[in-house]
Amino acid sequence: MNTAVIHLHPSGPLVALIGNPNCGKSALFNLLTGSRQKVANYAGVTVERKEGRYLNAAGKTVRVLDLPGAYSLHPRAPDEQVTCDVLAGNAAGEKRPDLAVCVVDATNLRRSLRLVLAVRRQGMPVVVALNMADRAERQGIHVDAERLSAELGVPVVRTVGVMRDGDAQLRRLLDDPALWRRADESGAGAAAAAASTRGDHETVHGILQRLGLDRLVAHEPSDRIDRVVLHPLAGPLILLAVMFLMFQAVFAWAEAPMGWIEAATAWVSEGASALLAEGWLRSLIVDGLIAGVGGVIVFLPQIVILFFFILLLEDAGYLPRAAFLLDRLMARVGLSARSFIPLLSSHACAIPGIMATRTIADPRDRLVTIMIAPLMACSARLPVYALLIGAFIPQRQIGGLVELQGLVLLALYLGGIGGALAVAWVLKRFTQAGRQVRPLMMELPQYHWPAARNVLLGLWQRVLIFLRRVGGIILALTVLLWLLASYPAPPEGATAAAIEYSFAGMLGQALAVIFAPIGFNWQISIALVPGMAAREVAVSALGTVYALAATGEDTAAALMPLIAQGWSLATALSLLVWFVFAPQCLATLATVKREAGGWKWVLVMAGYLFALAYLASFVTYRTALLLGAG
Amino acid sequence: MNDDQRSLCLDRVEAGMPYAVLQVRYPDAAADWPQRLEELGFLPGERVMVMARAAPGGDPLAVRVGHSTYALRRQEAACVQVKPWPREPA
Repeated sequence: MNTAVIHLHPSGPLVALIGNPNCGKSALFNLLTGSRQKVANYAGVTVERKEGRYLNAAGKTVRVLDLPGAYSLHPRAPDEQVTCDVLAGNAAGEKRPDLAVCVVDATNLRRSLRLVLAVRRQGMPVVVALNMADRAERQGIHVDAERLSAELGVPVVRTVGVMRDGDAQLRRLLDDPALWRRADESGAGAAAAAASTRGDHETVHGILQRLGLDRLVAHEPSDRIDRVVLHPLAGPLILLAVMFLMFQAVFAWAEAPMGWIEAATAWVSEGASALLAEGWLRSLIVDGLIAGVGGVIVFLPQIVILFFFILLLEDAGYLPRAAFLLDRLMARVGLSARSFIPLLSSHACAIPGIMATRTIADPRDRLVTIMIAPLMACSARLPVYALLIGAFIPQRQIGGLVELQGLVLLALYLGGIGGALAVAWVLKRFTQAGRQVRPLMMELPQYHWPAARNVLLGLWQRVLIFLRRVGGIILALTVLLWLLASYPAPPEGATAAAIEYSFAGMLGQALAVIFAPIGFNWQISIALVPGMAAREVAVSALGTVYALAATGEDTAAALMPLIAQGWSLATALSLLVWFVFAPQCLATLATVKREAGGWKWVLVMAGYLFALAYLASFVTYRTALLLGAG
Repeated sequence: MNDDQRSLCLDRVEAGMPYAVLQVRYPDAAADWPQRLEELGFLPGERVMVMARAAPGGDPLAVRVGHSTYALRRQEAACVQVKPWPREPA
C-alpha cells in the first residue's frame, strides 16, 4: 500500500551508510549527497528510507543509502530490522549494498567499534568513517587513523559531517576502484563463529588499549547543561518555557504568512472567476480546486515553524531530554515521552503532529500516538467553537474573575486532551501489546550546535511531503466533495438553497435520521458533509444551508442570531462536543493513510472517533435535555 | 576480597559516584532487556555513573556508561548489578 516505495533502482554502485544513532551519520549523508535525496518508506514498513547520490571523480553516479541508526545487528525495532535486512541482502525491493561505510563517532569508539566488527562479518567491503573527528580532538582524543585501520583490517578515513569538505577524504577513498573489489578476508570464517556482544567488547577493549584510547574523558559542557536541564525543579520549568515559546511562535509568526496565503487564494479565485464563464468549470476551479487547496495550504506556515523548532531541538539534542522529563507522565497511559511533541503539535494541526510521530521508534507507540492525535483540538476547530460559543454561551463573569465563554473553550480543549489520554490508557489496559512493558533505554546524546544545513534540509523534506499530499489525495478529495455539494443542480424555480438538492444535501438529509438522537437538525447534518474537507468549512456550509449571502467572517456574524434562535442549547452543546471527538478532516485521514501505512488504520480511526463522538454527543444532549436545556 | 565487592543494583546507587558493572541480570519482565543493555554498553567492567534522576520518584534515571548517556527506567536500571569503582590513583 505504500505508494512511495521505489522498486526500480537506477544503475550505479550502492553505498550504505551505517552507524549508531547520534553518530552524525545523517549530517555526513547530507554533506555527501546535498539536496539530491529521495525520502520514502521501506516496503511494507513505516521506516523512513533516505537515498541520495553524488558524482564521483570519474563522473559516475554513486547511490548512497542512509540506513537507520542501530546499536547492533541484533534487531529490536523495525528500523534496526531494516538495517540488518538491507545489509544481509534480505530486504524486499532493495539491492544489497556494494560497500558499507561504517560511520563511527570518534568521541565514542567504545560503542561504535562493536558495530564495525558486526558489519565486517557481513562479508562486504567495509570502510570506516571516523566522524566528529574535530570534536574528538577538542576533547583530547587523538585517534591514529592508520593504526586503527591496521587493527580493524579495513580502511579508515576522517570525516567531519558538519563542515564543508568534511567528506573529502571519504570521497577520495571511494574513488579507488580496487576498494570495491576488495574481497573481505575476515568475512566468511568469522561470520561462522557465533559473535557475542561481550566477545566484540573484549576485542574493542584490546584495540583501544593498544591505541592508547582506553581512557574515559568527561563531557564537561554537556554535563554542565544537563545539571540544569535535567534538574528535578529547573528542568520541567525550562521545558515549559521552551514549549510555550514554540507555540507562541507557531501562532504569532504564522499569522502574517497565513494572511498572505489567504489573500493569494482570494486573488487567484477572483482572477479565475473573471476569466472563466459562469458554469460548472468555474465552480469546479474556484469553489472546488482553489478553495479546497487554499484551505489546506493555509496551514503550511504553522507546519514550517513547528518543524523548524522540532528539528532544531532534535539536532541540538534537547528532545530526548524533554522525553526524559515527561517519561513518568506518558508511561502512565502506556506511551513513551516521545509521543509528547507530536501530540502537542497536533494542537496546531493534526497533520504535522502525525508527521512528527516519525521520531517515535516503537511501532505500537507510534500507531497509538497517530490514533489519538486528532483528539487534540486543532486550530481549524477554533472558528466552529467561536461561532457556537458566541451564539449560545452568555458573556458572563464567574466569581468576578473568569469569563464563562473562555471557560467553555478551555473545557473543550481539556476534553480533547482528556479523551486522548483516556483512549491511550484503554489501549494500554485492554490490548496485548499495551500491557507489555516496553523499555525506555533512550540515548541522551551530547549537546551540540544545530547545523543549519541539517535543519534546512529536514524542513525542506517535510514541506515536500506535505505539498505532495496536498497535490495528490487532498486535492482529489476536495474535488469529490465539491462534486457532491454541487450536483445535481437545483430544478428550475427552486426556492431553497442549492446545496439541499445536491448529493451532499441528500446525504445530509439521510444523516439527519442518524443524528436526530443527538439533537442535530438536517441543516447541521448537511453542513457536516462539506465540513469533511476542513472543520472550519462547516461554518460557511451552515451559511450556505441557511441561504446567507454573506461570506467569510461575516457568515459567522450573520449566523449567530439565526442559530441562537433556531437551535436549542442542548443541540449546541451536543455539536460542540461532536467537534471535540469527530473524525472530521479528510486531510488528516489522508496523512494517516501515509504514515500508518494503509487504509485499514484510516477506517479504524474514522470508526472509533465516530463512535466516540456519537456517544459523547448523545450523553451531552440527553443530559442537557434532562436539565431543561431543550 | 573486601566489602567493596558487594553488588548493588544500579537503580539504588548514589548519583555522581562511579561504579563498575558486574553483570546484567534477567528481570521477570522481559527476557531481551539484558541483551539490549549489553548492546548499549552495560558490559562487565565498564564504568557507570548515575547523572540525574527525574522527579518525582527518581524515575527515569540518566546513566553514563563508557562514553554514552542513556535514560533508563528504574526497572531497567535494576537489571544492572554494579560495585563501587576502585579508587582511582590521584
